[in-house]
Amino acid sequence: MKELVVLSGKGGTGKTSLTAAFASIAKDSVLCDADVDAADLHLLMNPKVEKRTDFMGGNIAIIDADKCSVCGQCEERCRFDAVHLDDEGEKYTIDEIDCEGCGVCVDFCPEGAIDFPEKKCGEWFISSTRFGAMVHARLGIAEENSGKLVTLVRQEARKLAEANGRELIITDGPPGVGCPVIASVGGATALLIVTEPTVSGIHDMQRVVELAAYFKVPCMVCINKYDLNADQAEAIEVFAQENGVPVVGRVPFDKQFTESMVIGETIMEFCKNNGLGTTVKQIWETIGKHL
Amino acid sequence: MIISVASGKGGTGKTTVATNLAASMGQGVQLLDCDVEEPNAHLFLKPEIEKTETVYLGVPKIDEGKCSYCRKCADICRFKAIAVAGQTVLTFPELCHSCGGCWEVCPEDAITETGRELGVVEEGFSNAVAFVHGRLRVGEAMSPPLINKVRENVKPGIVNIIDAPPGTSCPVIAAMKGTDFVLMVTEPTPFGLHDLRLAVGAVKLLGIPYGLVINRSDMGNDDVRTYALTENLPILMEIPFDRGIAEAYSRGELMVDVMPEWRDAFQGLFKRIEEQVASCRLQGTG
Repeated sequence: MKELVVLSGKGGTGKTSLTAAFASIAKDSVLCDADVDAADLHLLMNPKVEKRTDFMGGNIAIIDADKCSVCGQCEERCRFDAVHLDDEGEKYTIDEIDCEGCGVCVDFCPEGAIDFPEKKCGEWFISSTRFGAMVHARLGIAEENSGKLVTLVRQEARKLAEANGRELIITDGPPGVGCPVIASVGGATALLIVTEPTVSGIHDMQRVVELAAYFKVPCMVCINKYDLNADQAEAIEVFAQENGVPVVGRVPFDKQFTESMVIGETIMEFCKNNGLGTTVKQIWETIGKHL
Repeated sequence: MIISVASGKGGTGKTTVATNLAASMGQGVQLLDCDVEEPNAHLFLKPEIEKTETVYLGVPKIDEGKCSYCRKCADICRFKAIAVAGQTVLTFPELCHSCGGCWEVCPEDAITETGRELGVVEEGFSNAVAFVHGRLRVGEAMSPPLINKVRENVKPGIVNIIDAPPGTSCPVIAAMKGTDFVLMVTEPTPFGLHDLRLAVGAVKLLGIPYGLVINRSDMGNDDVRTYALTENLPILMEIPFDRGIAEAYSRGELMVDVMPEWRDAFQGLFKRIEEQVASCRLQGTG
């Protein structure tokens, strides 16, 4: 079984649009939306949720005011600036957003006045779509994106693929190079980096290539909106060549990316047999050779 | 004043708006690029860097000579960064959140604080615009501690503009919290709207006044505008799709330099932000 993870470094290069397009060509794959913080793939896939599970992401510290002796130990020990006196200045209270869930205040409180319940941070889903099964999630607003939820959706996609005899998982990845991206890279067969010929696109792509090398996962590059800037497109090709990264495709700037999204269709459904559809299909075939 | 520029969806134009806003003001302003995973503002402002600092996060170092293998450190750690088995103790510094619990609880004084490299903070100037950014070490998972370090450089008495990362989770919260105004940047598409709703949810949790810029405003549909009206989210500027703007952006050029009419537009945007902040203070909602 293979997993292709679609990344970019820079946001807005076309990861989700292309992932959806590939899903509509592949037909035999399991889809995974690992961009759990601002998940958009479902807007094109229109999933029918078959199983929903709470995601418990850690714990949160809550002071029981009745038991609090206002000794200040919690405030002194908290390294996340989450503990403050309440508005009346009478008892200590913990800011839910700033609390890191480390439990130090809980363990050191001489009164045992701090509760430490598990926190629901989001939910994850197993769904069916017109292109096959999909595992996706919703991280709660302002929650810690510890990568745990990303790891979970990928594990569940793997289980589903095994159970259904599917050979390929296509994973829509998050932007950046931090915790959620690191969680989406481990164990992947290959990464597809979708970039654009802009100084930002190149800068950010280079960091993802560095990350891929750090974690020893092979990667390939697709240049979206490639005709926006010939010099920058050339710079991407040179960089890719120098770093042994195959360029699997070049997609011209095309308003159909947006037009198809607006009506909730994948590029392939919208373009059917026109130029853009053919280009994307060829790219998918090239990717297949590298997988 | 501290203005943070956020979006929800990536690629909507946060860095474009933040850098052009700073450049249009020209002086009495600092740009803090808190998108430490993929900092881009320097590509447009091209600052002269005057100071570079490597930033570390405190993680445990265990002196096995003093360790009694009592397991108190492993037991207190909620992040599985310490493991004790028999007469062996292992630390996993990359998992450590630096809560200090282990060295606080160790009865043998066997744990000292050492550093895990987070990345660098660089400071400088682009003409009269002050500049600071963080660059996360590739391989480092956590951005909020480095973002907090960048934010320590907020300069009082001037306008500080924070370029936030995409999304709505902890790195964005670290970039936005405690700021005076959140300028949200979106594109009028289903992805843009979906993620904007999440971002607005996050900003409301923080209780900060906010306003909207619609980028590529003629590419998509009207749902974002309808949403903005029903949410009382003031639309402070619209930037239509313009191949010229996109091409300038691709070259690392500021649109206020390449198309001077946009300089006035961004100065107008700043005035409207000031008005929003002032009116929210009057209403006691800011």
